[in-house]
Amino acid sequence: MTQALRNPPKKDPVARSRQPTRPPGIRSRSALGLTAAAAEGRFELQQCAECGTVQYPPREVCVHCLAEHLPWKPVSPLGKLLVSTTLHHSNDLYFRERLPWRVGTVRMQAGPSVVAHVHGDLADGDDVRLALKLDRSGQAVMLALPTKNTPHMEDDKILRETACDPKFRRALVTDGKSAVGMAVTQALLDAGAAEVFLGDPQLWRKEPAFEKLAADPRIKVVPLDVTDTDSLERAAGEYGGKVEILVNTADMEREGGLLHAKDVNTARNLLDINVLGMMRLAHAFGPAMCARAADGTRNAVAWVNVLSIYAQMNLPARAVWSATKAAALSLAQGLRAEMRPSGVRVLNVFPGPLDHEWEQLTPPPRVAPKAVAQAIVGALKDGLEEVYVGDVAKEFRDRLAENPKGLERELGA
Amino acid sequence: MARQSYDGIVAALPVTIPYERYSTHAAHWWLGRALGALVRQSGLPKDAVDGVCVSSFTLAPDTAVGLMQHLGMSPRWLDHIPTGGASGVVGLRRAARAVQAGDAGVVACISGDANHVDSFRNTVSQFSRFAQDGVYPYGAGGPNASFALLTAHYMRTYGATREDFGKLCVAQRDNALRYPHALMKKPLTLQQYMEARVITDPIHLFDCVMPCAGAEGFLVMEETRAKDLGLPYARILGTIERHNAWHEDPIQTRGGWTMDVDELYAQAGATPADIDFMQAYDDYPVINFMQIEDLGLCAKGEAPDYVRRNTFTVDGTLPFNTSGGQLSVGQAGAAGGYLGTVEALRQLSNTAGKTQVADARIGLVSGFGMINYDRGLCTAAAILGSAK
Repeated sequence: MTQALRNPPKKDPVARSRQPTRPPGIRSRSALGLTAAAAEGRFELQQCAECGTVQYPPREVCVHCLAEHLPWKPVSPLGKLLVSTTLHHSNDLYFRERLPWRVGTVRMQAGPSVVAHVHGDLADGDDVRLALKLDRSGQAVMLALPTKNTPHMEDDKILRETACDPKFRRALVTDGKSAVGMAVTQALLDAGAAEVFLGDPQLWRKEPAFEKLAADPRIKVVPLDVTDTDSLERAAGEYGGKVEILVNTADMEREGGLLHAKDVNTARNLLDINVLGMMRLAHAFGPAMCARAADGTRNAVAWVNVLSIYAQMNLPARAVWSATKAAALSLAQGLRAEMRPSGVRVLNVFPGPLDHEWEQLTPPPRVAPKAVAQAIVGALKDGLEEVYVGDVAKEFRDRLAENPKGLERELGA
Repeated sequence: MARQSYDGIVAALPVTIPYERYSTHAAHWWLGRALGALVRQSGLPKDAVDGVCVSSFTLAPDTAVGLMQHLGMSPRWLDHIPTGGASGVVGLRRAARAVQAGDAGVVACISGDANHVDSFRNTVSQFSRFAQDGVYPYGAGGPNASFALLTAHYMRTYGATREDFGKLCVAQRDNALRYPHALMKKPLTLQQYMEARVITDPIHLFDCVMPCAGAEGFLVMEETRAKDLGLPYARILGTIERHNAWHEDPIQTRGGWTMDVDELYAQAGATPADIDFMQAYDDYPVINFMQIEDLGLCAKGEAPDYVRRNTFTVDGTLPFNTSGGQLSVGQAGAAGGYLGTVEALRQLSNTAGKTQVADARIGLVSGFGMINYDRGLCTAAAILGSAK
């Protein structure tokens, strides 16, 4: 049985912070198909379009019939752990710091044999389910897990390393007065977060739900306005070294397209919060998080951007807002690449239309803030990089893959 | 069609460039020294060597091609063999056919590698695409991890114990104490073997080879020529190679030898009972066990018992890895794939010095190379005979 993780003691202020190292991250281009699946929490392998053979490791042609069409398909992750071993030696710095380490060979029901990281609750000969997870290099790896959940299984070393579990970690929610911000805060606390720094961008505005939430002793209200560099620097100076998960919920949403809303000031405000706000946050909090990416059990692990599906395709009825979300997505991709050397993961969240005051006229289904919060916590626990929230978002994603031009035409109808 | 014999073709003049744990020299230096030793000791002019066969892991960015310019050679037959631990036998059998067909008169088979302090880590991290995508990110244990899985599975399936592996390792160390170029100079007891620290369970320290620098080589030519030159040589009685055999086995318990072993003995006109000594590829003890089984010295799964019944020392029953094998001599990269072939040539030409097996007439050499994802891919074997 997995040993339950304990709330780590206070850090020795004199001890050197361990510098982040990463597991080997070089992969062939074909193997990036595994990374794409892992980033969204899917389990997919190459399956030959001609003969149906499932294969692993990824190849350029079918190992059985040599056909070249090898689409990535969901396959059964079940198999048997044929044999495992415990490494007491490694050639790589990342693993040397984490020895002993378990790996093993799994025979999949789907056919291939897979070398995988092995969960501590498994014994040789056990039935297992494989999962594709992103490791701290941001690349996909195979994990052999018990077929049924076991007590504290998420506290096993390999799962803690590949996930961004809020348990015992401290989070900053940048706009704690928004509906999503409050829901995320509650979900993080429910998931075992040690402390949440709750950003308050509008000290003058009274919000009963916010006051109620702030009464929780695990919550620390922090004046924080993403358009105000001074406020960010003050907050980062005081709490920047304690933020292990940052959830940027700051968002300004307004209706309107280009031709008739001749209001550049609103557009500028949207950009200031939705785009430049992320940039200022990155300046203020990013470097300290990267520096603490290997800082013990309570290391910095994740940066979460609450975006929108309309970051990926413009919704003409909210054209300017969509454009700011698209710009934020582009910045987030840059941020992800810059943070990758440390191992801090950037999670982009793509909800459909939210069920909040600024979507009053949007017909259902709309996504409840609570659902966004649950999706974020779930994605952190699963170590994802992208999560689509709600039916509209999931359909949007499929249509974007099938026919992006068709989607563009229908959004403008 | 039956395999054509190698009658009249021999492997001659085994040379070893003494190994070093670490060396500042490049692979070109080691390979050049091996070729230089072959040319000088054969008495042949350099341009009489008109065929060259090269194996090396650390020659990059060069291949055998660039090496020829480096060494000022103009061969009319050139091969670069990437089969790692199988390269000695594979090089031998290809060179023999080239000489037999008249494509070359004298082929120098050379193999060597550098070992700088960081070489091994670089080699294992960039070993192959499947290693990069499917093994190295899983703990970066290198071959220790892959062989730990095969070893654990073999032990469970066939009842082998650590003592069984230890017996073979200890016997090889006894042999190595007679071999001047072995890097391991101290005796090894079974107790020391058993008490060594664990590396990757069930692999412990003395199950692992020590990476080093070094080179090996020999010449392939017609028997009449070797006689005229007065060179030590051995006859080639039979050879096999096989790659990626049994790829549908979920985990490796047998090697490609099993597909061709009957043809090997038939070609050589010999049986396992005729074998006077065996040189196996011993990167890990479990692979020795597989070779003993798969080359017919005992049935599958019976190597543990076979090991308990034999002594394996130079003066014992089934002399085995008589120079000490890689476990005691060191693993000089691809030269590790030549170690057994070169030692077999010394044995059969009665030039093995203190490791000489009395009346050695027929020897079995086996190679195993390239653990690519979850298993070793290249297997080869040769039966060699002393001069008539």
